[in-house]
Amino acid sequence: MADGTIGLWTVPLAVFGGAIRVSTPFLFVSLGECITERSGRINLGLEGTLVMGAMSAYGVSYLTGSPWLGVLAAGVTGSLLGALHAGICSLPRVNDIAVGIALMLFGTGLAFYLGKPLIEPTAPRLPAIDFGWWSDIAQLRAALRINVLFLIGVVLAPVLYWAFRTTRWGLLIRTAGESSDAARAMGYSVLAIRLKATMVGGFLAGIGGSFLSLFYPGSWNEGLSSGQGITAVALVIFARWDPMLCLWASLAFGGAAALGPALQSVGITSGYYLFNAAPYILTLAIMIITCSPKRTLTGAPAELSITR
Amino acid sequence: MTTDTADGVEAVGVAPAADPGFLQRHGTTIEYVLIPGAALVGALAVFGVFVALFGKNPLDLYFYMYQGAFGTWFSWQNTLARAAPLILTALCTALPAQLGMVIIGGEGALLIGALAATGAALALPSMPPLVVQLAMVCAGMIGGGSWIMLSGGLRQYRGVNETISSLLLVYIALAILNHLVEGVMRDPASLNKPSTREIGAANMIGSIPGTDVHWGLVFGLIAAVASYILIYHTVFGFAARVAGGNIRAAKIVGLGVGKLIMTICFLAGASAGLAGMVEVAAVQGRTNANLAAGYGFTGILVAFLARQNPLAIIPVAILLGGISASGGLLQRRLGLPDASVQVLQGIIFAFVLASDALYGRIGFLKGKS
Repeated sequence: MADGTIGLWTVPLAVFGGAIRVSTPFLFVSLGECITERSGRINLGLEGTLVMGAMSAYGVSYLTGSPWLGVLAAGVTGSLLGALHAGICSLPRVNDIAVGIALMLFGTGLAFYLGKPLIEPTAPRLPAIDFGWWSDIAQLRAALRINVLFLIGVVLAPVLYWAFRTTRWGLLIRTAGESSDAARAMGYSVLAIRLKATMVGGFLAGIGGSFLSLFYPGSWNEGLSSGQGITAVALVIFARWDPMLCLWASLAFGGAAALGPALQSVGITSGYYLFNAAPYILTLAIMIITCSPKRTLTGAPAELSITR
Repeated sequence: MTTDTADGVEAVGVAPAADPGFLQRHGTTIEYVLIPGAALVGALAVFGVFVALFGKNPLDLYFYMYQGAFGTWFSWQNTLARAAPLILTALCTALPAQLGMVIIGGEGALLIGALAATGAALALPSMPPLVVQLAMVCAGMIGGGSWIMLSGGLRQYRGVNETISSLLLVYIALAILNHLVEGVMRDPASLNKPSTREIGAANMIGSIPGTDVHWGLVFGLIAAVASYILIYHTVFGFAARVAGGNIRAAKIVGLGVGKLIMTICFLAGASAGLAGMVEVAAVQGRTNANLAAGYGFTGILVAFLARQNPLAIIPVAILLGGISASGGLLQRRLGLPDASVQVLQGIIFAFVLASDALYGRIGFLKGKS
């Protein structure tokens, strides 16, 4: 490294910076999935939503010159895909997990199809706020260049936590997720609640995708997402459907995902690919530890097909 | 033979005193052909509208799809060569589905199977080809089988959802493959595209005489027929279907559900692992990242389109193999991006799932209930 003064401190610093940068898509997708799953439906298609969001954000940012319009476009695209998922799922006897797999294929395929001309051009990126202005150390300043979307996500988590507990909407979503009969008896349409919850979930997942193409890594190509969407869905399960736990879990994941590149930057390259798989191994390990065949998970919405 | 068994069971259960007219006797079978067929046509129509939005003529699209898939003997051979791994990866989803499990990690088992098969071939450098090929088949099946059995075991003994665990294992398998191919198994001569050493031309399984279609197709056909017999004509398969229908009832009558899950998951993974072996021993000749070509994911679609029936998987895999074989022609003649095949697959998948709502609701077939 050019700056030898901090030596091996580069690794924890890069992990810290990576935790903040890499965690943002995890955070948005998991918060979105949290809302959807609380309403009693699981959307595995968020992987496709993430990639579609990344593509549409990049395209709109390139065409209009405004990255924030790109973020909005990603959200709208995501909610449309969410509406598609909810629409197919509201037909009788349709399995929501299978529909998710279909939309995963469809979303990624469509993004690659429409995004073919976007690989070459460069679109305006999202700005970052420089929180490290007081430091002279280059690595620290790099780690503290934080994107606004991350801050929005950090604020969103406690807001959702509060909204689930105290607002009318939060209560309705939880009712639909715990007992569709109860929601129906109260005179609400479960399908309509789930449609809205899936659309909001898709909106957030799309924004998570826009972060990928407009900030970090900050370009559009077909290898942009390698399973972040699906990892985030698994993350919701061990965050026990709690938005605050989703925040901490996303940060841990971001850190795990940043480990490989961080070690590579100090010259440790053996096992690079294995370190890249760290988030998936971590997810699997935590699911193995937290799940049990004897009881259903605490905090699991009773209507959710995945907890069975 | 298929129709008779499937129907016999249905007819007894649904309408014991039904008038034995044609529609009554074959209503269920007709539904199983008609509804997915209609879904396919609907999906093709939507895809036609989609490409029309980009200024392409949908009729050209259908013509070139037919040409590229089934138009000539050359395209037929291309189609069949692609159908072979699809049959095998589709079984990876269809077999666990008999137990009510949704396994979507066939791609991971394929990669591990390919790695294991390549490893076996490289470990036996001076053996006769037949021995090497047998070792590759065994290694591929054991590798892939253990990989999916891991998901099954986690489901049975730790309550971990098998859909998510099998998908996470795909990414882990890909990381292991990259790690080994860039590390200990790397052929120093492969500079741009890290690969293992070649298994050697003598050890390739070759083509069915008179064609360019490799023997993998025969492997696939045998696996599909064997799976069909296992599921519908053995006590083991009957037990699996009972457990898939009602797990509590299965436990009460004393079926070893854990054993069923582990065995079925092993067979499912072994099938996808065999697909990996076939891709190495018939197409690539070595292991590298090219193997992650998406056969595992298309296999999921094949299984759902075939309604998880091992025999129905064969024609569906040929159909989907044809669609992917036509991708090249669509790219050359119509200038469509290579992802168009994936878009079409996604649309087909969505239509097929939505069509689940139609069963038992078609007017002229309603007589049977």
